[in-house]
Amino acid sequence: MMKRKHRRLVALLIGLTALAGAAALVLTAFQENIMLFYSPSDLAERPPQGARSFRMGGLVEEGSLRRLDGGLTVEFRITDLAESVPVTYTGILPDLFREGQGVVAEGVLNGAGVFEAREVLAKHDETYMPPEVAAALKAAGQWQGQDGQGEDAAEKSGGGSAQ
Amino acid sequence: MIPEIGHFALILALLVALAQGTVPMLGAARGRADWMALAGPTAVLQLVLMLTAFLALMQAYVVSDFTVLNVAQNSHTSKPLIYKISGVWGNHEGSMLLWILILALFGAAVALFGGNLPATLKARVLAVQAWIAIGFLLFTILTSNPFERLLPAPENGGDLNPLLQDPGLAFHPPMLYTGYVGFSIAFSFAIAALIEGKVDAAWARWVRPWTLVAWCFLTAGIALGSWWAYYELGWGGWWFWDPVENVSFMPWLMGTALLHTAVVVEKRDALKVWTILLAILTFSLSLIGTFIVRSGLLTSVHAFANDPERGLFILLLLCLTIGGSLALFAVRAPALKSGGLFHPISREGALVLNNLLLATACATVFLGTLYPLFLEALGGDKVSVGAPYFNATFLPIMAPLVVAMAIGPLLPWKRADLPGALGRLKVAALLTLLAALMAVYLQRGGPLVAWLGMALAAWLFAGALTEWAGRIKLFRAPLSESWRRAGRLPRSAYGMTLAHAGLAVVIAGITASAAWQGEVVRIMKPGDIAELGGYSYRLEGVETHRGPNYTSDTASFTVLRDGREVTVLTPEKRIYDVQRRQTTEAAIHSTGLADLYAVIGDADGRGGWTVRIYHEPLVPWIWAGALIMVAGGAVSLSDRRLRVGAPTRRRKTAAAPA
Repeated sequence: MMKRKHRRLVALLIGLTALAGAAALVLTAFQENIMLFYSPSDLAERPPQGARSFRMGGLVEEGSLRRLDGGLTVEFRITDLAESVPVTYTGILPDLFREGQGVVAEGVLNGAGVFEAREVLAKHDETYMPPEVAAALKAAGQWQGQDGQGEDAAEKSGGGSAQ
Repeated sequence: MIPEIGHFALILALLVALAQGTVPMLGAARGRADWMALAGPTAVLQLVLMLTAFLALMQAYVVSDFTVLNVAQNSHTSKPLIYKISGVWGNHEGSMLLWILILALFGAAVALFGGNLPATLKARVLAVQAWIAIGFLLFTILTSNPFERLLPAPENGGDLNPLLQDPGLAFHPPMLYTGYVGFSIAFSFAIAALIEGKVDAAWARWVRPWTLVAWCFLTAGIALGSWWAYYELGWGGWWFWDPVENVSFMPWLMGTALLHTAVVVEKRDALKVWTILLAILTFSLSLIGTFIVRSGLLTSVHAFANDPERGLFILLLLCLTIGGSLALFAVRAPALKSGGLFHPISREGALVLNNLLLATACATVFLGTLYPLFLEALGGDKVSVGAPYFNATFLPIMAPLVVAMAIGPLLPWKRADLPGALGRLKVAALLTLLAALMAVYLQRGGPLVAWLGMALAAWLFAGALTEWAGRIKLFRAPLSESWRRAGRLPRSAYGMTLAHAGLAVVIAGITASAAWQGEVVRIMKPGDIAELGGYSYRLEGVETHRGPNYTSDTASFTVLRDGREVTVLTPEKRIYDVQRRQTTEAAIHSTGLADLYAVIGDADGRGGWTVRIYHEPLVPWIWAGALIMVAGGAVSLSDRRLRVGAPTRRRKTAAAPA
């Protein structure tokens, strides 16, 4: 049987090691995996350095959506009504993807200034504007909608649509 | 009229809770038996009143009473009855009502089945339950009244979000809430113990079954939620590390830790202070989970500010509950005498390790989930923390936990012989190696972690069986002797074996789905064939159907293996009439070893359709494993219930070996 003090010391040491390990894990993971959000205007002002992926959000520009040859790749523009950025995406668009609707895309900017989206997220609620998009529109001085819409429906739809 | 009765019942419930929260507490402090005796009847009355309120709202939904604002916003006459009923908790106000109803249910259960509890402890526990109820009732009545009238009434309602019109999701919130709220009992017991200044084996015997009930429901609720995401969202994924998922996962992690330390308190009279802290933290995380999802706080800090009244109330309530209980803990915990000593290498030591790892894992999830919020609140950048972060932090912490999970149960209490325990795991080690080799062989270009995950699953599964085999002396004694021992093994032992083996099955499913999921996205015309995972999918055609409150484009795939028909998959794309929303209904055929999963997308206007087909190996195991875990909990509970009525007798027997 160990002495109580000794036992506590061992427990403390193990605890601290675990904590330090976890902290190291968290810090490196944060460094590598945090994604910044850009609006089209942000992108025009200070484009991100390097090939890091990021999120971009805004409205899908009216009349910009078209399918490229083969049909699986789509091309559209995301706009905050001040600036707009061309986007390409290969795959099935989410249920609520519509021209004129809010959207957030995740991906990288290629050399030609085209945003290559790996994922396109549209919230599963038509009255709902992704908060980043609403803020981006406000920042660009183009906001007309009202706040706080669809609060309840948005919460649950976040359940999986967000990735 | 009926909504008014509901509203009135809600206000009465608040008054009853006020009485329940004060009189018995004072009675316990002054030793007045008659004051303490008030706790039981008020708790039952509370349940009756909440049930009245809840049924009143349900009645409004069932008859589509659109003079009630809540019904008008969230229901529609054309909705099937089951979704009218589930619509009651498909919105903020109604879900709060359900939350308090479950709270009252647990309170009444303690009052009714707590005959053997010491009178002061029972009075205090029920009083603390009442405090929680007061907070929630005030919140509901003042900021989220579900019975608010809307005059003149609209002709029809706004309907429930079609995504929520699904049997899986109809029962997901009640399960989840029962889990969340179930932890309130552990919390109330913890607070009562702090006030009382006493934690003993009898206390732990009381806390454990309640925690176990909560844990079972939470496990089932989370599994149900992820199953829903899997088949309803049509992305072929089942867990996205989305904040909404994370907030339900955090209390689960903490609750699991609590479940394990409660055993130590019960059996060895040690780790008391830590157990109390865990009980407080688990329930705090449940509260955060409830509020964060319901308030819209998660999507953005700004969404939170949209309803300042509600937001402020929530913040205040969280600060009061969490801050208050932690402050009480800081003041009173040092007075709790710590009990049995143990060597680090022992059953207790293993459970401490379990707790450290679970708590650490929970902390990393907490950081990743709330960091973007803190950053935004402080005026920093808008960032998002996605799945890669959680995979990079959570998984490395869980891996050693799983390794230890196979060893821990083999260690005796107080002081153990680690080489001896490892020696018993030789067969398990062999099986682990075999599983790893098989994974490498089957891998064909999958990631490295695949064989590691499979090895862990095999290790845990074999370890759980080894422990069980050891207990019944399988192959070491005659079979008849083993059979007799198996029959006499306590149910809680079976519970543990089941729960651990269930987790092993879950891990195998997670690993396989992460490593070997196959996907085809392409345009198909009727008659086209897509090949995936050894199966051929032939698109027969797409037809338009009419459902009760939607129209759907239904595709039909014939799935063939070696030229023979396996099944027909009919994925749908639905447009719901009222909200004009589109939902994707995946078609899934499970072979037990894999799911064949098909989704239909848009028409390309030239006779073709975008389709997405997934081959999901072992994914059904994830839910099968979760079900085994819940079954383990239930089996263990059936053991507890038989013995829980005898804490006094138990104390005598516990004293002897200690």
